[in-house]
Amino acid sequence: MDSALQQVRRFSASAVEGLDATLLFATVALAAIGLAALYSASFDAPSRVTGQVANLAVAFAAMWLASRVRSELLMRAALPIYLLGFVLLVGVALYGETVNGARRWLYVGVTRFQPSEMMKLALPIMLAWFFARNEGALKFRDFAIGAVLVALPVLLIARQPDLGTAVLVAAAGAYVIYFAGIGWRIIASVGALGVASLVPLWGLLHEYQRKRILTLLDPTQDPLGAGYHTIQSTIAVGSGGAFGKGWLQGTQAHLEFIPERHTDFIFAVFSEEFGLLGNCILLAFYTLLIGRGLVIAAQAVSFFSRLVAGAVTLMFFTYAFVNMGMVSGILPIVGVPLPFVSYGGTALVTLFLGVGILMSLRRQKRLVPG
Amino acid sequence: MYPEAAQLKDRERELHHFQLRVGIAALAVLAAFAVLFARFLYLQVVQHEQYAARAEENRISIVPLAPNRGLILDRNGVVLARNYSAYTLEIATWRLRDLERTLAELSEIIDIQPRDRSRLKRLVSDARNAESLPIRTRLSDEEVARFAANRYRFPGVEIKARLFRQYPFGETAPHVLGYIGRISQRDQQRLEEAGVDANYRGSDFIGKAGIEASYQDDLHGTTGFEQVEIDAGGRAVRTLSRTPAQPGNNVTLSIDMRLQRVAEHAFHGRRGALVAIEPATGSVLAFVSSPGFDPNLFVDGIDPANWAELNNSPDRPLNNRAIAGVYPPGSTFKPYMALAALEAGKRRYNSTIVDPGYFEFGGRRFHDSKKGGNGVVDLYKSIVLSSDTYYYMVANDLGIDAIAGFMKHFGFGARTGIDLDGESTGVLPSPEWKTKRFRQREQQKWYAGETISIGIGQGYNAYTPVQLALAVATLANNGVMFRPRLALYVDNLRTGERRYFEPQPVRQVPVKPEHLEFVKRAMAGVNREGTGRRAFADAQYTSGGKTGTAQVVGLKQGERYVESKVAERLRDHSLFIVFAPVENPRIALAVLVENGGFGARAAAPLARMVLDYHLLGKLPEALAPEPEEPEAEEESD
Repeated sequence: MDSALQQVRRFSASAVEGLDATLLFATVALAAIGLAALYSASFDAPSRVTGQVANLAVAFAAMWLASRVRSELLMRAALPIYLLGFVLLVGVALYGETVNGARRWLYVGVTRFQPSEMMKLALPIMLAWFFARNEGALKFRDFAIGAVLVALPVLLIARQPDLGTAVLVAAAGAYVIYFAGIGWRIIASVGALGVASLVPLWGLLHEYQRKRILTLLDPTQDPLGAGYHTIQSTIAVGSGGAFGKGWLQGTQAHLEFIPERHTDFIFAVFSEEFGLLGNCILLAFYTLLIGRGLVIAAQAVSFFSRLVAGAVTLMFFTYAFVNMGMVSGILPIVGVPLPFVSYGGTALVTLFLGVGILMSLRRQKRLVPG
Repeated sequence: MYPEAAQLKDRERELHHFQLRVGIAALAVLAAFAVLFARFLYLQVVQHEQYAARAEENRISIVPLAPNRGLILDRNGVVLARNYSAYTLEIATWRLRDLERTLAELSEIIDIQPRDRSRLKRLVSDARNAESLPIRTRLSDEEVARFAANRYRFPGVEIKARLFRQYPFGETAPHVLGYIGRISQRDQQRLEEAGVDANYRGSDFIGKAGIEASYQDDLHGTTGFEQVEIDAGGRAVRTLSRTPAQPGNNVTLSIDMRLQRVAEHAFHGRRGALVAIEPATGSVLAFVSSPGFDPNLFVDGIDPANWAELNNSPDRPLNNRAIAGVYPPGSTFKPYMALAALEAGKRRYNSTIVDPGYFEFGGRRFHDSKKGGNGVVDLYKSIVLSSDTYYYMVANDLGIDAIAGFMKHFGFGARTGIDLDGESTGVLPSPEWKTKRFRQREQQKWYAGETISIGIGQGYNAYTPVQLALAVATLANNGVMFRPRLALYVDNLRTGERRYFEPQPVRQVPVKPEHLEFVKRAMAGVNREGTGRRAFADAQYTSGGKTGTAQVVGLKQGERYVESKVAERLRDHSLFIVFAPVENPRIALAVLVENGGFGARAAAPLARMVLDYHLLGKLPEALAPEPEEPEAEEESD
């Protein structure tokens, strides 16, 4: 009996061995906030909440599995996964299923699948592996090849079109290149080049494209069209005030003024009901998550681990910042969900896989050189 | 080993570099979150009030509640205009991106005819502001159910239960009732100028003609308001507060609908007009402009095909002949001429002429309608036999100024003030009128010869049928004129208060009572032994009448009017004025049948039918409920 208890203990100890308490706490807290907001947003379809609980269960399982994967395995898998993802993206471009005007889905057996989603993790791992091969002797040529490795999938995703995912994948790639140690001078000149190319690029745009961009800058120009989302979500956030209208009391959400209130705009629902106080708590949890991720990156043993940990962590930040920025009206609207909070299974699994990878990277003890 | 140590050193440096970059990234993250925090602070604290107000604005909508329109009833309480509830399919066109596509999709589940589309197009171009417009009215229950199941596909399209106006008598009395129509941009402008547009926020309809227009303020009622919470689709979620609408007042008319039907029936579709007035009060008992139309066609916006048909018909059914048509009075003018001559001292009862069948003036021969003349004619006979020669001479002796000065007392050439819009003034000819009417000096001059035909109601004389009716009613009422009125009283349904329109005396015509008596006696003679005797044979009441025949085209000198040779439209108008009973007149009327020929033939029998019904309750054969009624048989011979 005693030994049975010990066995259970030993087993559970090994089961939680790879988990990181801080990361776990932050993600569980964010997921809980997400469920509360989703419950409020789903007054018309309560089954979404149970659906999200199921999604979370799958996502936690994925995290647990990822946390037990060794980084050597990740390195070995980097190139095959990247190539697979790339081939699938090409497949989407050729045979993909069109939903809501965008060709994003690939029908695989019984279910639809978004290859762009897997690129969010496959690309940084691939790049980290690529840079780690030439660790210590990275040249400009390596960074240029890295840029091509980023650009190819990003262009395919942007073409679908899925601007949100393209931004996230591009950001993930850029973070790896940044952490790999690309020179500051190159960063500065690429930035300058980008800004300088804006002017001639503006001249090449069609009139309607320019108008669309101007509407992004000033939503009041098209209050019933493209500006509608921003205007209504800004009203929701602003009317929430310091302490919010109270859970389930948001009129903007409950009278359906907030579009896509379960997914990309769930922050507007949350912010209306919980106010500035709730926003600060949400920001605190993201800061905790990101801070822990950066610490893991800073302490990671190998070059590869550092790059992956740093890039994945900053990708979480990108998610959160772009989403909250667009909902509160300081960034243009691109389809980026609020990480760990928005409704949706695929994104949730990707995010928790990222957390699991962070956990697994933390597990590796720092080797004392000898 | 040295290389190993160097490698280690490299790694240390590399790690250091990496950690520096992590630190920079951490700072960037904090800076970005600080930006977000600043934005939240700005929206949720600094600008909170403004956004809270905008959320409220979003949420709360003030919905006007249109009042139920008041009913119109006849003097016996018969409902002439009522409301009924029906489902309509309405489109908020301003909310749609693609109206055509929505219509195409809608027509898959609801029957939408081309005429519905063209009507909607008209309404869109005429709509006063953003409002929802009906694409289909009177939906069947099945259509309502089909749409309800598909509602989610059509944002901006809704089924509404609306009250519609209905005129149960259809083509009876359309010119009295008029009709309502959608509030047009011009109506809206007028409402704004009158400062009452707020009360019309929820209203779609407004009176366009007839009583519906002239009693619009009474019939409309007071708009109520409801504060409702709405969702982003504009659908009401719940009511927050409510001020109910107050229904419009019911308007009861002095018209007797049964008499009205008798009168309209008597026209047999001929063009013309009839106005019957109660002399002692001015109440209008019957008011006909023939042909009529069905005002129900106008209620939810008349479709272009029906509109074109009504508008282009040569019979001009939309024209209200009784108040807007002007006609020469013909011989119905003679009793007033006789009165004028008596008052001016130009004739006495026994003033006699020998009538050769014409009157010569300035080398021109004015013919009498009776070839060879009536022989010896005194004042009494001049009315009974309708002697033209007699009145050529009277007119000549009076002169145009005296005629015009006298006739205006009876309301000739002036609006009667009846409670309908669109009344014409007509023309009471005088030298002043001619000066105003014509531009050229030559035409402005009044010629003495022009006075002659004025005496028999021809020449420039032109009056509306309601003026003729008012004049004969005034005569019957011993010179006391009451303003003609269609409305008797107005009922406020909320307070139960009834507001009567008191008879409104206009003036006492300055005539000696014995002169009036004489003329009335002569008019009684018309129906007993004169031009009206055939039409009033065997009447069981006394009546005083005067026939009239008004020329449509002027005849050349020496030319005689032969009816059979003249195209129908150029034939004379047939007129008749009458009051009855002579001793205590209860009804006075004027009737005109366009191109009806001699007054005695078309107009007088028509008047007889109306009097028979009003005084005896005798229905014309076609309208009689029981064919074996003895009165009906009697009439057939």
